[in-house]
Amino acid sequence: MLRDFFSKKKRYASIPSQEARQDVPEGLMQKCPNCQKIFYRKELNRNMNVCPHCDHHHRLSAYERIQHLFDEESFVEWDKHMISNNPLHFPEYEEKLEKDRHKSDLNEAVVTGKAKMSGMETAVAVMDSRFRMGSMGSVVGEKITNAIEEARKEKIPFIIFTASGGARMQEGVLSLMQMGKTSVALQRLHAGGGLFISVMTHPTTGGVSASFASLGDYNFAEPGALIGFAGRRIIEQTIREKLPQDFQTAEFLLEHGQLDRVVHRHDMRKTLTTVLDLHTGGGDRT
Amino acid sequence: MKHVLEFEKPVIELREKIADLKKLTENSEMDLSDEIITLEKRLEKLETDVYDRMAPWDRVQMARHPERPTTLDYIEHLFTDFLELHGDRNFGDDSAIISGIAKFKNQPVTVVGHQRGKDTKENIRRNFGMPHPEGYRKALRLMKQAEKFQRPIITFIDTKGAYPGKAAEERGQSEAIARNLMEMAGLTVPIICIVIGEGGSGGALGLGIGDRIYMLENSTYSVISPEGASSILWKDAGLAQEAAESMKITSYDLKKLNIIDGVVPEVRGGAHRDIQTQAFEIEKVIKQSLDELSILKTEDLLEQRFVKYKNIGDYTYLDL
Repeated sequence: MLRDFFSKKKRYASIPSQEARQDVPEGLMQKCPNCQKIFYRKELNRNMNVCPHCDHHHRLSAYERIQHLFDEESFVEWDKHMISNNPLHFPEYEEKLEKDRHKSDLNEAVVTGKAKMSGMETAVAVMDSRFRMGSMGSVVGEKITNAIEEARKEKIPFIIFTASGGARMQEGVLSLMQMGKTSVALQRLHAGGGLFISVMTHPTTGGVSASFASLGDYNFAEPGALIGFAGRRIIEQTIREKLPQDFQTAEFLLEHGQLDRVVHRHDMRKTLTTVLDLHTGGGDRT
Repeated sequence: MKHVLEFEKPVIELREKIADLKKLTENSEMDLSDEIITLEKRLEKLETDVYDRMAPWDRVQMARHPERPTTLDYIEHLFTDFLELHGDRNFGDDSAIISGIAKFKNQPVTVVGHQRGKDTKENIRRNFGMPHPEGYRKALRLMKQAEKFQRPIITFIDTKGAYPGKAAEERGQSEAIARNLMEMAGLTVPIICIVIGEGGSGGALGLGIGDRIYMLENSTYSVISPEGASSILWKDAGLAQEAAESMKITSYDLKKLNIIDGVVPEVRGGAHRDIQTQAFEIEKVIKQSLDELSILKTEDLLEQRFVKYKNIGDYTYLDL
């Protein structure tokens, strides 16, 4: 048909940009980076930010995750107003922190507190990659350590949802030492018989993956989450070969025996409830 | 000296000049002793200028010096009856980590440390001192054994980092390091960690949880290499020198940040100039640490270890 010659012609030039692919238009619609389908933000959010078409797990903010997963109005936040100093006087660090505080509803890259899951009391820490890529500096280390200690003292389970690019460079070796600090606290929790469930979400890499994220009695991950120690590019440069597409995904780790389960976000509450319920008394052996 | 670092060139040149002059006077009638004395004084001053005021980047170079003593060098000077023990009983034996039992001043101890090579051949065998998961698991196996027999543990830290490779990821590099951090926290024997060269990120920390942490004066300890930091932060690996300044990675920086217990003074011009003297300086801090730690009750030892790490960090609260 003659009409076919015209039907596919574009009337306007489109300029594809990175931002346009993520958010079109601002705030209302969202395109799934995996299947390219466009959804209403509200529709996605009702579905816990899981793509209704392809099941891709989109980023979920810390407060949204708490709201979706834990019992309604059961969350009491700890250390909400703790913020970073600039201990090394690192250039532009304060500005970057300030910017992320404005951009997000967060004071730092982790939200901690007490919340109930199906009626069971838990200490919880939820990381948020919108704040400095979820990187761990002094505040993240201190808040997580405090939450672990609270769990130990109150004899309640500790659950963490990780999302982090690793240690925060601007706090240098202080950030590195937060890996030690959180792990030392976890040792005390474990030694006392406390229960710790780690849920790795996209992304969990570097120093966070090489400390508390890997130290759960149960290590779970969300589908498709990137989890690993070293960055893909660094590894490719080091070993001079291309890595497989699924390298360092949750499914890859499961296959290599590094995870207990990959848990779909829609099944998370049920799975966590089952685990908590199997540890009656929430980590209290006595 | 085979390897001369850029910043110390003037010292080395002057030293060679003095040596030449001395040789010249030996073989001739000329009396140059006055001049030699003047030059030696100048050398003394120059050495002070160069070595006592080293910039962070100079120390990075020194920590990476090809002739810098390694774990095995110090083991030879510090311990007797060292018996190396191999393997993680699970996958393999990682040559990038050395471990074994030995005596320190007649007391049985367990020794663990990163091991790099001094030449290309040995570096290839030792994977440039960059461990795989089985290295960390071997270390943990022997540290658990140390706990069983109530031997103190001494670790030497000297690595650019854990190896960033495909197999390392598949076998759980993250988990291996994380496990060590947590298990070391609970070991009921004293742990003394000494950074002798580069303390590179999680790969260094994987042998680095202890009751006492010391650094050799010219060693470094950092979350990422200066090159890595500058390429990520400023998209330019050439700014490594600036990154070395900003990141605060020298022994004195870490002491100031209250992360380490002390700086072990180094032989002027670097540990490689006199291993014996350097080993003696290390021996002093090990001896002192063991004396302090061995009198503690187990619960106090563990409590102090917890508090030591709990106190690391710098934060504040939002003005409301």
